Parts: sequence; C-alpha cells; structure tokens
Amino acid sequence: MLHHVGASPRRSCADAPDDTGASAQDRGSVAATSKRRPASRARRRRSPATWIRGGGLSTLVFLLPMLVVFGVFSWYPIVRAVVMSVQQTNLATAAHWVGLENFRHVLADPLLGTAVRNTLYFALLALVFGYPVPLVLAVLMSEVRRWRGLYSALAYLPVVVPPVVAVLLWKFFYDGSPTGVFNTIAGWFGLGPYPWLQNESSAMPSLVLEATWAAAGGTVIIYLAALLSVPADLYDAAAVDGASTWRKVWHVTMPQLRGVLLITLILQLIGTAQVFLEPYLFTGGGPSNSTMTVLLLIYDYAFGNSLGGDYGAATALSVMLAAVLAVLSAVYFRLTRSWSTS
Amino acid sequence: MTQLLPRVADEPVALTEPPPPRRRRTRAEPAGGIVSSSDWRRPSVCYLLLTVHFIVLAALIVIGLGPILWLAKAAITPTQDTLRKPLALWPHGMDWANLSTAWSSMHLGHYLWNTVVIAGGSWLSQIVVATTAGYALSVLRPKYGRVLSALVLGTLLVPTVVLLVPLYLTVLNPPLLHHSLLNSFFAVWLPAGANAFNILLVKRFFDNLPREVFEAARADGAGPFRLFWSIVLPMSRPILGVVSVFAIIASWKDFLWPLLVLPDPAKQPLSVRLPTLAGSVELDTLLAALLISTLIPIALFLLVQRLFLRGTNLSGAIKG
Repeated sequence: MLHHVGASPRRSCADAPDDTGASAQDRGSVAATSKRRPASRARRRRSPATWIRGGGLSTLVFLLPMLVVFGVFSWYPIVRAVVMSVQQTNLATAAHWVGLENFRHVLADPLLGTAVRNTLYFALLALVFGYPVPLVLAVLMSEVRRWRGLYSALAYLPVVVPPVVAVLLWKFFYDGSPTGVFNTIAGWFGLGPYPWLQNESSAMPSLVLEATWAAAGGTVIIYLAALLSVPADLYDAAAVDGASTWRKVWHVTMPQLRGVLLITLILQLIGTAQVFLEPYLFTGGGPSNSTMTVLLLIYDYAFGNSLGGDYGAATALSVMLAAVLAVLSAVYFRLTRSWSTS
Repeated sequence: MTQLLPRVADEPVALTEPPPPRRRRTRAEPAGGIVSSSDWRRPSVCYLLLTVHFIVLAALIVIGLGPILWLAKAAITPTQDTLRKPLALWPHGMDWANLSTAWSSMHLGHYLWNTVVIAGGSWLSQIVVATTAGYALSVLRPKYGRVLSALVLGTLLVPTVVLLVPLYLTVLNPPLLHHSLLNSFFAVWLPAGANAFNILLVKRFFDNLPREVFEAARADGAGPFRLFWSIVLPMSRPILGVVSVFAIIASWKDFLWPLLVLPDPAKQPLSVRLPTLAGSVELDTLLAALLISTLIPIALFLLVQRLFLRGTNLSGAIKG
C-alpha cells in the first residue's frame, strides 16, 4: 500500500522515501500526464498569470490551513526547541546565548540519573508485564469461534476508560490500609497488606500495573488483527506435515507476527519513554523520587513550582530525549516501510 | 483494510443489494486456524479449548469489566460502606443521590461541555487540515508538494515531548497574532490540527481514488474547489470516519496539554478538572463523578466498536 496503486504505477517501490507523487512529473514522464497538468507549461514560461491560470493559486489556498497550522504549531516550535536549548530563557528577561550550558546543567543534575533510571525501569517493567500478556491473550482469542466480538470488546474496555479516571480509580484501589481494595483481595490469600504507592520499591510496579491494564487492550486488538490475517493455508500445510498445535504456534504464527511484534515493541518503548500521567497523578514523582520520570522532570523544570521556568534546561532535556526517541522512530518507519512493501 | 479502500460503488446499488455483513466474513476466516477443523471435531480437543476459552472469558470479565462494575457499584454506595468493605457484593444502602450530588456540586455538566467543545474543535481542525492538505498533495500535486510532504512527515519523527515547552511558549506569544492564546480553546484546537499522521492517512486514501473520476469531473468543467467538495470528499467518507474517531478519542484522553494551556478552571475539560476536584469532595461523590465521566466514552465505544476492534489503529500505520 505504500506505493501508489492507482495514482502513479510508473514509480517503483524502491523509489525515494517520500509520498508526494509529484515525482512522476519530474522524471521525464511528462507526456503521459501533461494533459491534466497545464501547470507544467508554466515551468517554461514562469509568469504569475500562467501560474494562477494553471491552478497554482487554488492549490496554495488548499494548502493554506496546513501551512499555517504546521508552520505555527509544529515547524516553528521544533526549530525553537533547538534554539532554546542553547539559550537562557525565562519569560522575565530577554533570551541570550549560553551555548551548551543548559545541557551541562541538566547532565549535572543528580535528578537526571534518577529520572533516566526510573524511566528505563518503567519501560522494562512495562515490557515484562505488558508485552507477553496481550500476545498470549490474542493467540487464545484468535481461536475463539463464537462471540469473539465480546472477547475483544471486554479486552478493549479499559482502553476506553479515560486515563485520568482510570488513575483516580486505581489510586483508590491501591489504598494502603488493610481495607483497601487490593489489600482486601490480597487478604483472601493471606497476603499483605501492602503499601503499594507509599513504598519506594513498590510504587513503580504499581504504576506499571495500572498503565498495563489501561493499554493492553489496544495491543490485543492489533495482535488479533494480525493473527486473523495469517493465511489459513499455512496452517493447513503445517497440519498436513503433522505439526502439533504448539509447533504451529511457534513455527507458523510467530514468524508471521514478527513484524507486528517488533512494531508494538518500538511503539511501547516510545510511549513509555514519555510516560507522564501515571507518575504525575499517582505519586507526583515520589516517594523520594522513586517514580520521577524524564518527562516529569522536564515538566518540573519548565512548569514545576519548586524549580520553575527554566525553559532552557527543559528544552535541552527534551532535545536529548527526542534524539533517543528519533532513533527508535526511524527504526519504526524503516520497519513499517519494508514490512508493508514486502 | 477493506474500509481503507475507497468504496466507489454508488449508494443506490448498495441499498438494493446489501453486501454481506463484514462480521460474518471475519468469523468465517479462521476456518484453518492454529487448531484445524478436524481437531476441533475431536471431543477432547474441543472440551479443552472450550475450557480455555471460558477461563479467558472469565479473566477478561474480571479484569476488563470488573473495575468498571466495581465503580458502578461504589458510585451508589455510601462512603463508609465503600471504605469498610470495598468488595462487598451488595451495599448496605443504595445512595442514588451520589450521582445527582456529583453532577450538581462538582459542576460536571460544565466541564463535560468543555470536553465536548474541545473535542469538537480539535476534530474540526484536524479534518479541515487533513482533507485540504491531502487533496492538495495527492490530487492537485504542485511541484513543491514533494518537499512539503517530506516536511510534514518529518514531524512524525519528532516526539510530542520535545514540543511541550516551545509549543507552550508559542501559545503564550504566537507569531503574527501577538495575542496570547492562553485560556482560549484555540490553544488546544489549532495544535491538534498539526497532525501529520492524519495527513498521511488521508493522502494515502486519496492516492488510491480512481483518477478517471477526477479527469471526468475536470472535463465537465469542475474547478479544484468543486472537485474537492463534490467528488473527493463524498468518496472519502470511510477515511474521514477513521480520522474523526482518532481525533475525538485523542482529544477526550488528553491531559497534559489542556492542563498547561487552560489554567482557568472554568475553561478546563473534565479530565483536567477531576484530579483537582478529587481532593475536595467526599469519596462517594468522587466515585459517582468518575462513573459519570466513564459512561459517555463507553457508550460511544459500544456505538462504534466495530471501527475500534478491527485493528485500524495500526493497520493504518503499517499498511496504509
């Protein structure tokens, strides 16, 4: 689907990594398309009148919303982020250049190490909790023949609950007293009571548990869609060869899912690296910074009351985080591209 | 994937001869699934599978539905009961008044309305930007379109976090406008429009529309605006549905951005307001409020669940 099926069949899949489709025009295939592109005449005689008659102006009118919105709220802030990271900026005084001072300041902050470690810990726990469960669930659900819609709907339900509501609800579930919801359940098995969010070592796993509950349904649906698109004859062929169910899962299903598995892995890493809502609402980064994440630190630099208004440090840290994430995103795009054209 | 393909058939045809419902097709699909049909017929395998499926279903009900059912129960239970025996199946007394107390004392209606207005505006801005840009880049194809597309898609590589602070400062003092957008809904609506993924989806969809239709319309004298409004938009209802659902969900869930740019409580959506209110009301009222704010998304979900559950989330990103 990445190449344009109906639009410009001349282009090969190996074409440059963009999607404009204007390229067909520039490749000397003008003859085929010039009939509907009077604009190509304007290339020879560049005068504003021919440009307008060729539809150049109306094209620009259509592009205007995108140009304004992206220009002001995407391109400009991106450039500004890079510029601000090497400036000393607070709204009170004029910005001035400080070179790499912001980066040095951020890297010297003892909280940064904690935040990075916590974010990595969150990502790791999220992988341990959240990566295998949806996969197993989806594989089991793919074999359900009646009411699969009901299964999917139930699995997806937590995703529909507004994240803020989910956090507030779970905050109550995590009540540390013996009559807290989870502690009552633990009590049935003779366990607990646990302090959940109040304890340095259990706070982060508690956040991840809630985050997994809130997000796993989406991954289940993605896996399920991929599972159901595995060609049935692959299974039939394996069955003819006498493969057991387990071998079919391992040798037919899993290889077919490899692309999706990698993509959800990267998406999850990108998502967990930017986790904010859970630590902000559950614990505010505590107890004793055990749930302080990178994004929370950025927020604190820029908008937190204690430090407040250090926009330079906040953008410097953002840029560093973005650089890491951009690598992941690039891998992601690479994968989706090669995966969908193959 | 089927819904991402343009549906060219005229509506009247579809009315006289309704296509087979999609759901049946997906259900018939796994005929040769992991467990083959012949295995299914063996009683031992069949019972084992049914047991596994039952366990999965039970687990899904407890984990997926359980917390929501608990919330529904707790919302109409007096605070003391919920605190003392949170998992009692049947409350001592029903307190239906919780719901109305929450609605009126916490002004839920007001914040819910803010949420709706914010979601509506974000939806409109995303639809307008995505369709016009997609049309210009895919159908009109200016010479510089390539560069623009690259610039737009490039923003997909930039994670939203890097924009947090500079975007906030941009909203405080937007270029050209020089009037702070703080506490204005435009501060949420307009940045929402700068969504490259939407443009990608819409452009891909337009790329696959049959060119012949455009040629015919042009031959009949349709200008670019007429072509957009009367030909392209009506043909692209499926993709507009997808973009709309994504836009509304994302806006409904958003927390950090509205928290930053709408410091005035009267302007805040429910998601931003709830954590603040949580500290100042009784537990039963809070839980009632949480229930109320959950019911609407769940109702919407049940209405359009097919769109969610067909994996469009990623198939758009992967294959689209």
